[in-house]
Amino acid sequence: MNIARVRLLIAPWTYGFIAAFAMWIATAAYSGLANAGAMLSGALAFGAFSVVIGTGQMLVIASGPGNIDLSVPSVLTLAAYVSMTVMHEQSGLVLPGLLVALGVGAAAGALNFLAIAALRLPPIIATLAWSFVFQSAAFNLGGEATLKPPEALSWFTIQRVAGVQIMPVAVMVMTLVAMILLRRSVFGRHLLATGQNERAANLAGVEVGRVRLQAYVLCGTLAALTGFLLTGFTGGAALNMGDTYLMESIAVVVLGGTSVAGGQANAVGIWGAALFFNLMATMLNTFHLEAGVRLLLTGVLIILIVSIVPRERTS
Amino acid sequence: MSNAVTRGHRVARSSRLWDISQVGLPIGALIIMLAIIFLIRPAAFSYFGFTLLFKLATPLVFASLSQMLIIMLGDIDLSNGSFVGLINCVTALYLQSSPAVAILIYLATIAAYAAFGLLIYWRGLPSIIVTLGTSFIWLGTAVILLPSPGGSAPEWLSGFMSWRPPLIPLPICIAILSAAVGHLVISRSSYGPVLLGAGANPRAIERAGWSLMGIRLAVYAAAGLLACLAGLTLTGLTTSGDPNIAPSYTLLGVGAAILGGGSFTGGLVSPIGTVAGALTLALAGSLLSFLQIPSTWQIGSQGVILFLVLAGRVLVSERTS
Repeated sequence: MNIARVRLLIAPWTYGFIAAFAMWIATAAYSGLANAGAMLSGALAFGAFSVVIGTGQMLVIASGPGNIDLSVPSVLTLAAYVSMTVMHEQSGLVLPGLLVALGVGAAAGALNFLAIAALRLPPIIATLAWSFVFQSAAFNLGGEATLKPPEALSWFTIQRVAGVQIMPVAVMVMTLVAMILLRRSVFGRHLLATGQNERAANLAGVEVGRVRLQAYVLCGTLAALTGFLLTGFTGGAALNMGDTYLMESIAVVVLGGTSVAGGQANAVGIWGAALFFNLMATMLNTFHLEAGVRLLLTGVLIILIVSIVPRERTS
Repeated sequence: MSNAVTRGHRVARSSRLWDISQVGLPIGALIIMLAIIFLIRPAAFSYFGFTLLFKLATPLVFASLSQMLIIMLGDIDLSNGSFVGLINCVTALYLQSSPAVAILIYLATIAAYAAFGLLIYWRGLPSIIVTLGTSFIWLGTAVILLPSPGGSAPEWLSGFMSWRPPLIPLPICIAILSAAVGHLVISRSSYGPVLLGAGANPRAIERAGWSLMGIRLAVYAAAGLLACLAGLTLTGLTTSGDPNIAPSYTLLGVGAAILGGGSFTGGLVSPIGTVAGALTLALAGSLLSFLQIPSTWQIGSQGVILFLVLAGRVLVSERTS
């Protein structure tokens, strides 16, 4: 009884942070306190990418049951290749490169929505089919070669001011904006209303189609932004750079407290889940476990976390 | 009164028509693709040609039917491909040397698969995230058992997969047989409506006195068994084990079930359509190489084929509704 009450007091989205904190402590205890700071800043930097792409995925998932974007990894890769080609390693062209990347992402999102609306396809299939097309496009653009980023971009993704990394802070600001957008803006209210009950939202005067279009376009744009930043961080665009983000973008959203059934979203929770995923990987790596055992434990931890989190009944 | 009867009759007939059009779509796509291939290479229209074209389709047929059962319940299984990979590794490692161990592992994995299905129901968890977790578990177990690709399939298994029955090539035989069995159980037997209802309207099924937990356990176990068959037949074709051999089966299986008229809302699937969908997706690769599409555009063209076939679905459903 008491435990149940305590569990209700802890909001579902905080579980990611709690789990992440536990992993951090466990790893620090194992490898010495000296590494704890470096570990956290590493997790913040890598986590930031998952948060950007996850925030886009969250908007799509919140827009109604069944809405999901499986094309994010290929949009990420395609945008990275296109922008690297435009910038040609010249720092002066970073801004045009960014704009082109965002344009690619927005166009990809619009195409996704078009296939869903015009062909009345389930989003999972429509975005999967587009992801094949985008993947081919990236393959034709760059081939097997790795395209290098301009220096200014790499500088932004790694640079620290007074010991604080710039990029994760910038992404935290983005999370804040997303939070305010969901709570206070007309778009945010319309998005959640559409996700809760499409028919009711429609009758209340919400243009359901337009809201979903905006969600998919934003999702594509954020996936493209992730690709753009990731090239700066990892030193170039590669064909498999998006692969891990297919499942991770969905997992951070759901573990972050957003309902798969739509109509409810949590932007801050994504940070907790992203830190959890990255610190879990660091922890399993420092324990020097076999690759197989590491994968097995990853699976067990995901299921454990998702079964512990209390769930509000959505019906 | 008579009005209601005729209306009921009409509804029944139009839903029957709808069924046929939904199943007809992947079959139609299959026929068109075959026609294009035979136009380009008439020699392929032979027993041997069919065997080659559909050689790799058999495991995908089983994997798609497994995914279809989960979609029937309104869930989705993201772990299907890595489960098939695990069975592939177990088969290549143990089935030859110690068959008893292999069979014991098969039973244990199927039981584990069903147990996770039960966990999803019991805790009301999103299946998409639980099966994402289990996909890591299956893959991890496979990597622990077989860190690098290796092992070998028992000779009887690879022998069976290259067996040439009279008149109808083996992959076609298996496809027709599995479609027929699925159709009899889900679309014809008295259990069919209960199974479909468990996905479409679980509360109604529970009120009618059925145990939802029992149904879901049975369906998940059956899906595990089908994924097991996919792993076995795949090992017979590749003759060795590799944990990462089949990740694409997960989404291809989802694609096949949807192509075959299934819907994510649950309770709406067609075994015949799913088998035809799986054959269509398996054939898409061959068609593209026959059309001499450059390899860099092959994946993209598969996406376009998916769109073309599904666009047909919109046209068909507009005409019947």
